[in-house]
Amino acid sequence: MVSKVKVGIIGTGNIGSDLMVKLTRSDLLELTAVMGVDPTSRGMQHAKKLGLHVFENGVDGLVDQPDLVDIVFDATSAKAHLHNADVVKQLGKQMLDLTPAAIGPFIAPTVNLGEHLEAENVNLITCGGQATIPIVHAINQVAPVEYGEIVATIASKSAGPGTRANIDEFTETTAKAIEQVGGAKKGKAIIILNPAEPPIMMRDTVHAIVEEGAVDEQAIIDSISEMVEKVESYVPGYKLRTEPIFDGNKITVFLEIEGAGHYLPKYAGNLDIMTSAAVKVAEEFAKNRVNVTAN
Amino acid sequence: MSKQNEIKITEVALRDGSHAINHQYTVEQVTAIASALNEARVPYIEVTHGDGLGGSSLQYGLSKTDELKLIEAAVSEADFSKIAVLLLPGVGVIEDLKEAAKIGAKMARIATHVTEADISKQHIQTAKELGMETVGFLMMSHMAPAEKIVEQAKLMESYGADTVYVVDSAGALLPHQVTERIKALRQELTINVGFHGHNNLSLAMGNTLAAIEAGATRIDGSIRCLGAGAGNTQTEVLVAVLEKMGIQTGIDLFKMMDISEDIVAPILQKPQEVNRDSLTLGYAGVYSSFLLHANRAAQKFSVDSRDILVELGKREIVGGQEDMIVDVAAELSKAEKSSV
Repeated sequence: MVSKVKVGIIGTGNIGSDLMVKLTRSDLLELTAVMGVDPTSRGMQHAKKLGLHVFENGVDGLVDQPDLVDIVFDATSAKAHLHNADVVKQLGKQMLDLTPAAIGPFIAPTVNLGEHLEAENVNLITCGGQATIPIVHAINQVAPVEYGEIVATIASKSAGPGTRANIDEFTETTAKAIEQVGGAKKGKAIIILNPAEPPIMMRDTVHAIVEEGAVDEQAIIDSISEMVEKVESYVPGYKLRTEPIFDGNKITVFLEIEGAGHYLPKYAGNLDIMTSAAVKVAEEFAKNRVNVTAN
Repeated sequence: MSKQNEIKITEVALRDGSHAINHQYTVEQVTAIASALNEARVPYIEVTHGDGLGGSSLQYGLSKTDELKLIEAAVSEADFSKIAVLLLPGVGVIEDLKEAAKIGAKMARIATHVTEADISKQHIQTAKELGMETVGFLMMSHMAPAEKIVEQAKLMESYGADTVYVVDSAGALLPHQVTERIKALRQELTINVGFHGHNNLSLAMGNTLAAIEAGATRIDGSIRCLGAGAGNTQTEVLVAVLEKMGIQTGIDLFKMMDISEDIVAPILQKPQEVNRDSLTLGYAGVYSSFLLHANRAAQKFSVDSRDILVELGKREIVGGQEDMIVDVAAELSKAEKSSV
């Protein structure tokens, strides 16, 4: 049996805790360390129960035992990430950034993962970005996207205080990634919080305007379906709500993301798609490491 | 009399009315209207895309004219009136606000769904730093009880809002519900309380009077009812009614009538009225700007627009979720076909 690649998590909030559940199920990754700052948090308690190395001084705990991990997930905040990234870089580890800091390149597993397999720091964009950018890319592959606009609607309960206090970070980061990763000439993103009870599933809508005369409906539908399958392979609750709608050179795609219900409730598809994407990226990093070593 | 100008009116036709004309305002139209409103001494004139700064989108409708150009045009005409802009966090961003302030907007109205005030903190604070007068705008206020609205309004007050509005985006509130909400805010806040109505149940004027009676001093109106759905409280009528009640607004009534008749009426694609669709908005409690989108979706999918609106109301869809209109229309159409 090939030995697993060792990983650690910084941050023990909702995202960190959900990552914990997902990583303990991975065939390629072995969760060894959890780094937090609040020893009383549920996440830290749970990590102790699992028998993991638990550091209460955050990433600094890793400095004395750098061999514990090869890849680190940062599930803290944009501000905290700056220090975390520094430390992890000095230790020569790979960093997966789930915060909006975006020091490293944006990554969407089904779009550009291959280009960054050895990057020292990659950023997972936003939940809305993970849900929609693959679709923008899929359309762009068969009909150049002049303008890509996405609307992410999430349950109020699934939007944490960080997202709420810095909501511009979501729209600005996602818009940038629609261009840089999705390939649209111009990108725009909108986020809406809906407080309905019971909480709504995450919904995302992609509106795209493609080059005049480039609309081959079947080719676009096929490209989108193929992409949905790829994303579904690591986010099982990812699906199209209805067939894409065509109106001249405008295409609208409706998506719904049901979470896996690991640590977070099923409605929190927005958080689930982030953690699932991060695990997928780490697994590909791990495969790459094993291949490189084997060669 | 001590009641001199105790009610300050904001004219919203150049923002809320943008919904009713598919965001097709031109610089010439805005220049003419803003100039005339300024002459009629309207204290505040709101100019932006219907969904606020950055609202120009496939989701809500693309603006014919860059809204910054419209704001600039209004600012250049207004030496008395202050130009206000709307911003919905999640749609527009702080950078948009800075741009608007740079070209002369003096009031920032930051709008959130009635339960989501905490996403407005950075925007209200930034507007304050930019020297703007700030308003917290609690949309879809019919969806939350008075206690919840007080809690959310207090957040906006703590961020630095000078005024908080109860916004009846769906035109769904009844007068006693307006009274209850405004009274609660008046008791619990130290800042101004405002009211923004829609006329979908023909209650905009009644609700506005109830709000004033309960302590609101900032009121929105749209001239000729040029606002989303069946429009807002009709400004020129409100000026007349308040005058008869002995409440001065400082606005020239006859000038307002002339603007309504001579400048605004010709812009309307059709008269603003309570018809079956706008009535359904108020009845079902749906965001007023959904009106034209629902009409288009109803045609495209051959379903009754009222069925779409009622379904949206049932699902507790909030402002900004225009994508749900097509989604629901497609679903209804599929369900109808399969049941045949």
